[in-house]
Amino acid sequence: MHADGFEYHRAGTVEEAVDLLGSIPDAEPLAGAHGLLPRMKTDEESPPALVDISRIERLSGIERDGGSLTVGALATHADIAESTAVREHAPALAEAAGAVGDLQVRAGGTIGGNLAHGDPRVDPAAAVLALKAKTTLRGPDGERTLAASELFEGEFETAVGADEIVTALEVPTDGAGTSAYHKRRNPLSGYAAVGVAGYLRCDEGAIEEARVGVTAVGPHPIRLRGVEAELEGASAEAATAAAAADRVGESLPASGVRSDPYASAEFRSHLLSVDTEDLLGGLLGDA
Amino acid sequence: MSDAAEGGGVGEPDDAEGVFGSGVERREDIPLLTGEGDYTADVSRPGMAHLAIRRSDHAHARIVDIDTSEAEAMEGVAAVYTGEDVVDSGVPNSIPTAWMLPGLVTPQYRILATDKVRHEGSGVAAVVAESPQRARDALDRIDVEYEELDQVTEPVEAVEKDVPPVHEEAEDNVAFDFELGDEEAVEEAFADADHVASVDLRQPRIVPNAMEPRAAVAEWEDRTEKLRVWMTSQNPHLHRMLLSAGTLGVPENRIEVIAPEVGGGFGSKIYHYPDEAVTAWCSMQLGRPVKWRASRQEGYVTDCHGRDHDTTAEIALDDDGTVRGVRAETHAGLGAQLSQFGTATPSYLYATVLSGQYTVPAIHCRVVGAFTNTTPVDAYRGAGRAEGIYVIERLMDVGARAVGMDPAEFRRKNLVQPEEFPYESAAALVYDSGEYERAMDKALEHVGYEDLRERQERLREEGRYLGIGVANFVESAGLSPSGLAGDLGSQAGGWESSIVRFDSTGTLTVMAGTADQGQGHRTTYAQIAAEELGVDLEDIEVIEGDTDRIPQGMGTYGSRSASVGGGAIARAAREVRSKAREIAEHQLEASSEDVVFDDGTFHIEGAPDRSLHIQEIAHEAYLGHDLPEGMDPGLEETNFYDPENFTYPFGTHVAVVEVDPETGETSIEEYVAVDDCGEVINPMIVEGQVHGGIAQGIGAALYEGAAYGDDGTLETRRMDEYAVPHATQLPDFETDNTVTPSPHNPLGVKGVGESATIAAAPAVVSAVVDALEPFDIEHLDMPITPETVWRALGGAE
Repeated sequence: MHADGFEYHRAGTVEEAVDLLGSIPDAEPLAGAHGLLPRMKTDEESPPALVDISRIERLSGIERDGGSLTVGALATHADIAESTAVREHAPALAEAAGAVGDLQVRAGGTIGGNLAHGDPRVDPAAAVLALKAKTTLRGPDGERTLAASELFEGEFETAVGADEIVTALEVPTDGAGTSAYHKRRNPLSGYAAVGVAGYLRCDEGAIEEARVGVTAVGPHPIRLRGVEAELEGASAEAATAAAAADRVGESLPASGVRSDPYASAEFRSHLLSVDTEDLLGGLLGDA
Repeated sequence: MSDAAEGGGVGEPDDAEGVFGSGVERREDIPLLTGEGDYTADVSRPGMAHLAIRRSDHAHARIVDIDTSEAEAMEGVAAVYTGEDVVDSGVPNSIPTAWMLPGLVTPQYRILATDKVRHEGSGVAAVVAESPQRARDALDRIDVEYEELDQVTEPVEAVEKDVPPVHEEAEDNVAFDFELGDEEAVEEAFADADHVASVDLRQPRIVPNAMEPRAAVAEWEDRTEKLRVWMTSQNPHLHRMLLSAGTLGVPENRIEVIAPEVGGGFGSKIYHYPDEAVTAWCSMQLGRPVKWRASRQEGYVTDCHGRDHDTTAEIALDDDGTVRGVRAETHAGLGAQLSQFGTATPSYLYATVLSGQYTVPAIHCRVVGAFTNTTPVDAYRGAGRAEGIYVIERLMDVGARAVGMDPAEFRRKNLVQPEEFPYESAAALVYDSGEYERAMDKALEHVGYEDLRERQERLREEGRYLGIGVANFVESAGLSPSGLAGDLGSQAGGWESSIVRFDSTGTLTVMAGTADQGQGHRTTYAQIAAEELGVDLEDIEVIEGDTDRIPQGMGTYGSRSASVGGGAIARAAREVRSKAREIAEHQLEASSEDVVFDDGTFHIEGAPDRSLHIQEIAHEAYLGHDLPEGMDPGLEETNFYDPENFTYPFGTHVAVVEVDPETGETSIEEYVAVDDCGEVINPMIVEGQVHGGIAQGIGAALYEGAAYGDDGTLETRRMDEYAVPHATQLPDFETDNTVTPSPHNPLGVKGVGESATIAAAPAVVSAVVDALEPFDIEHLDMPITPETVWRALGGAE
């Protein structure tokens, strides 16, 4: 395939990137090039200009400070999957990053682009929802923070403005919770057919806090609020997982569950229940 | 050459002496793996323009009007052509079928559509521009007005439903109605049998997905009125002939077709497609070189698909498990046009293997070939044989259940025995040689069949479902004996041609009319010549893929290169050796019986110091100073080898799977392949063929399967919608072999290119169905995706 012609700009600083994005209509930021470029090659997207932010310094570190982990937007999936801090304090994110694409994609693809691009099938999104992580954005009016639940708006639509870039992901790590991610890989695309991330915090045999984020099921990644409601306050035992998974249907997107050549909406909903139960069963076993 | 009765494991270096039979490394690999290989897309000519083809988005529509003015006016666009322009140019403009059947309807197949489009992807206009991007951009500026027509994509619907015909010449969409076998004998067998078991099955459409998309570069030279075409071809000579006689009318002796490196074919690069003819025609119109490259997505809707069969099959049995007869009725989708072997594949190549490895006294098969509004269907790795073996192997499974026998034991009971060869089957073939039980035993031993069955029982009690699938196969390979193929309708010969030439300095050049697409001919052909002539591999050059350098050939398909191509090389080499011997006898002043040929050297028996190496003789042959009286100089022979029969590779593959009834997921625990391809030229290459073949068979069984939507356009049109299995989705393969030489082939080889694809699909399907036996599942259609299993087990209810 041939991508249409486009301008290429390289930004040296965040400010420069924001200026370029603000001054060139429909320009898109480019970092790891593993989300946008494949779609440009198939004409699904054809931005007139790309602003390469991949060489901006100080956007790629991973730091733990007090009650949170700060993951720079340019951290690659491989960086995150291999980070001791992420594996220890936000295992769902490390597992999700480790499940992205293949070795090559993980070595190049970045967390910021992965989330901002809004592909409804990406793995880290489920973990970001379950971990209640916040994204830090920079735009012409300075910095702002978006809660995970505000980030995803639709298929390839996020709350990140056209002249904004994601600079970091903040993952709270103060709670004594456990988390995990389970990916059922679509053998056709390598993306998730169903991806479920769970976070549980238990105290004295009862579940105090529960969040379940899922990807590849709707037009954008979502939380399973019904499942969470069933979990919170319930006893931390395996049977709870089944009861919670029974409530998967309540939170499915009103616009319908995704259907593709690998799995119909009906089958995908079934897989989501199975995988939710498995994942929660595992977390409750560890709790 | 080794005449060992049984070879070592495939992949193990053979103990036998000599280079034939040893796993020498592929000589072609370093340039290919380091990106140094020259493919058609790498060809660039001075002044070259670029072609893009506007394709139909509709499955079936009348072309009302095509307005090209806007595209023509674009800067950098050299020309825009429609089907009418091709017609007006007066070229023959007709892609012919290469296999006739009784009553076959043969509609005209033009290189650009004129009256209507009959499938999505059909070419309607061509743009030639200064860059590929410009040509592609201009496609969008062509305004084509269509009047949409109802369409049909399924073969049964095409002939049974009241739908507008794809071609006016075939009102009921029937291209042919083919029969093979003795219907009366079958009826008797079924009437007398204790049991009849049946299966309805569908073998879905496969998109071949060669790694390298199709491409062509054409250069018409006004000065010499010569056409040179570089293209992705499995058979450049066939393309030369079809471009001449079928589409362009340029005399055959003024066309050169060059197939440089070709990155996979699996059948899809056998055929003469409209695209290379359009490329060449544009070059002739403009008097400048023109290049065309298919995109991957273009390939999905234009490369000939494979399979597409709907079949009802039955097997008649006695209480003791003796097979009495088999019958099958198949509707085969041919697509919108007859591709060259689109008629042969679902007829003779299919029905003739319905006996499988078994004694089946009565066989009858009817095949209705249907025109559909789809991409043409033609041979894909395993072509016809894969579909036929799938049918008989599914029948052997349902038959075993009907008589309550273990499927392996049931198969064993009905095997053709070694002493019965040559074995004339009830499906019109004469199998050359085989020891079926030996290969089957070996495969069952590898998996520990008895223990597996016990383990299966135990696991079922735990709610886990293990399945064991055993598939026996035999195929007609080495296409094809010309006379026999001609009697059955072939419009082409089945021979192969080779030139074996010593150069005056003693190096050796081997030329063959086959065309490598990854098979490793440069290695295996050199091994054959090295063995026959005692020359080091380093001194041998193998040349293929250029019709000006190799005068004649038929190409590479139908598992024919080793047996038919290799046969021609061996025979030419033997003729060279015998001329060299005459020169040796003359110069050594010895009589024939006293001269021994050993590892390249002619010497006098008992006097090894009186000797001449064949490479020294080559020099003498070109000097011509001292040759036997009346002998012409030179040391070169051309051989046309026409095999007396097909060869019949065979073997047994066993798949062991576990199926999760909750998610429908199938995981392959173990896969064992025991293949017998006769003598093995290079065990490493054979193992590679087996690995790739299994991958494609597993792909068909579990992942692939092209689907058309309600509007007749392809739903599975890209690699994230159509799953070609990744290496990570495949298990380790355990391969082994037996060696039963083909008695009629000069090298004893049988061929192996298609074997594993033929075996793997039925082995895996059998294993999944076996796993689900407790749920009373008798058959599932491919691809057996998790959702297929889930639905079959009532998950959706």
